[in-house]
Amino acid sequence: MEYILIIISAVFVNNIVLNQFLGICPFLGVSNKISTAVGMSAAVVFVMTLSTLITYLVQCYILNPLNIGFMQTVTFILIIAALVQMVEIILKKISPALYQALGIFLPLITTNCAVLGVAILVVTKEFTFGGNAAMLDLPQSLVYTASMAVGFGLALIIFAGMREQMDLVGVPKPFRGVPIALITAGILALAFMGFSGIV
Amino acid sequence: MNRLKIITKGIIKENPTFVLVLGMCPTLGTTTSAVNGLGMGLATTFVLMLSNLVISLISGMVPSKVRIPSFVVVISVFVTVVQLVMQAYVPGLYETLGLFIPLIVVNCIVLGRAEAYASKNGPLDSFLDGLGSGLGFTLSLTTLGTVRELLGSGAFFGWKIIPGDAILVFILAPGAFLALGYLMVLFNKIKKA
Amino acid sequence: MARESNFRNMFLCLLIICFGGSAIMGSVYLITYEPIAIAQAAKVNQALGQVLPDFDNQPAEMVYDMEIEGSKVAVYPATRDSVFVGAAIEAVTTKGFGGPIRVMVGFLPDGTVFNTAIISHSETPGLGDKIDPRKSDFSLQFKGKNPKTFHLAVKKDGGRVDAITAATISSRAFCDVVDLAYRAFIKTVQKGGKQ
Repeated sequence: MEYILIIISAVFVNNIVLNQFLGICPFLGVSNKISTAVGMSAAVVFVMTLSTLITYLVQCYILNPLNIGFMQTVTFILIIAALVQMVEIILKKISPALYQALGIFLPLITTNCAVLGVAILVVTKEFTFGGNAAMLDLPQSLVYTASMAVGFGLALIIFAGMREQMDLVGVPKPFRGVPIALITAGILALAFMGFSGIV
Repeated sequence: MNRLKIITKGIIKENPTFVLVLGMCPTLGTTTSAVNGLGMGLATTFVLMLSNLVISLISGMVPSKVRIPSFVVVISVFVTVVQLVMQAYVPGLYETLGLFIPLIVVNCIVLGRAEAYASKNGPLDSFLDGLGSGLGFTLSLTTLGTVRELLGSGAFFGWKIIPGDAILVFILAPGAFLALGYLMVLFNKIKKA
Repeated sequence: MARESNFRNMFLCLLIICFGGSAIMGSVYLITYEPIAIAQAAKVNQALGQVLPDFDNQPAEMVYDMEIEGSKVAVYPATRDSVFVGAAIEAVTTKGFGGPIRVMVGFLPDGTVFNTAIISHSETPGLGDKIDPRKSDFSLQFKGKNPKTFHLAVKKDGGRVDAITAATISSRAFCDVVDLAYRAFIKTVQKGGKQ
């Protein structure tokens, strides 16, 4: 039950893009076609879950015991950057097919603030799942992170679908490009507000 | 190009938000009021100036393959400095901006300026370039914050000027997208005219 | 301008940058360590000053934790001329709309609410955040009420609290946490507390 709450909350209610404003750059940048949106989403789910696993362990077993919490930002960004590089190299060697599908999105992920944002959120924020306000434990964190990433994918794919349709209509000139995308995203965010309060 | 131009080009011609469309996350996430937008902009400006300065000093010595990792370390060091200083002297603002302070590290503007400008130019020019981009960013954040605060809570820099209830949606998430979208339309329209 | 990369200079370069960076961060950390501690203490003290009647001890130094119904609360006893004048309870509820709401509630010795203050919350701006006394008068209706006779629940639930329009969940959560603090206060007083 707890996990269902975490999933619904992370995917719909506190949607990472439309509610928390993380990962807006790829949200606007790679949402022109549904197929690229799907590839990007898959890459984000993969990297985000993996990096949170590592950053969570680093926070609990290195930063906290040594009392150097202020090093968090530096440590996390380096872990994420190194991880993305490693994933890229490993994928290239062991699964060229998967690399073909995800490869071009991987370098973009290092500067995707959603990955760093969620890694920091998970270890610093108090959550209220399961009755007590406390930090999430490791399995909960992983479920939460994966759901956040799925929420990112969901928003991205829905948005790509909308933008594909929008290509077919005549948009007034000053609205073309980013402005109309932002306004569309605003309306999508309004729709997602309907989920608030269900958890 | 003279020194003043380096500063001013970041404010209008290469405005990070309206023209280059960089750093959207803090732009949308922290502008619930004008003061928050201003605070976020200034924090970013500080990081931009110092990281640009240091990066232009060291870029000659850094081997090309580890350029990006070195830049990221430099930037995140300054972000941590900002984090600690804000926590100590403006704890209220630090709490409001929350997650978006550490996220300056992955703000595309900072790494973008480091790569595109600071690694190729002298320390003083790079410093000024950081100042200019930072001010441009601050300006757009403050503008967006002012608009959202005015529409969403009927206030201007915290002073309530429109009595009664305002259009709440503008300080909620969807309002951020809508307000920025329409501001960009306005910016495009003016720029062309 | 950039030098050719080989293992040795890459390794050295990153090593030097990391060392330099750590040195800068470490020194800034040491410089700001005290101001941060002061700022955090000031926040607690300010809240204590708001929610407690005049006191002349240091409640923040006499704080102790206690468990009530599975949640942890912090108790700040206040005295004046060594007489117990009340206590502030810092409690947190998980029933908020946007996340946990952490409040400080001050009680007089007979259990009357002296005042309340919000430590942190993540309620919707413009709606649920009206639980904050700086945003609306909602929390003022708790002042001077004794939960023994004043049923701490919104009117919709048969209580006596006027809920914030369009923010019933936040109002409920606030009533809930004040009630929790009250029960914690009664428990401390019964145990002898610092009377």
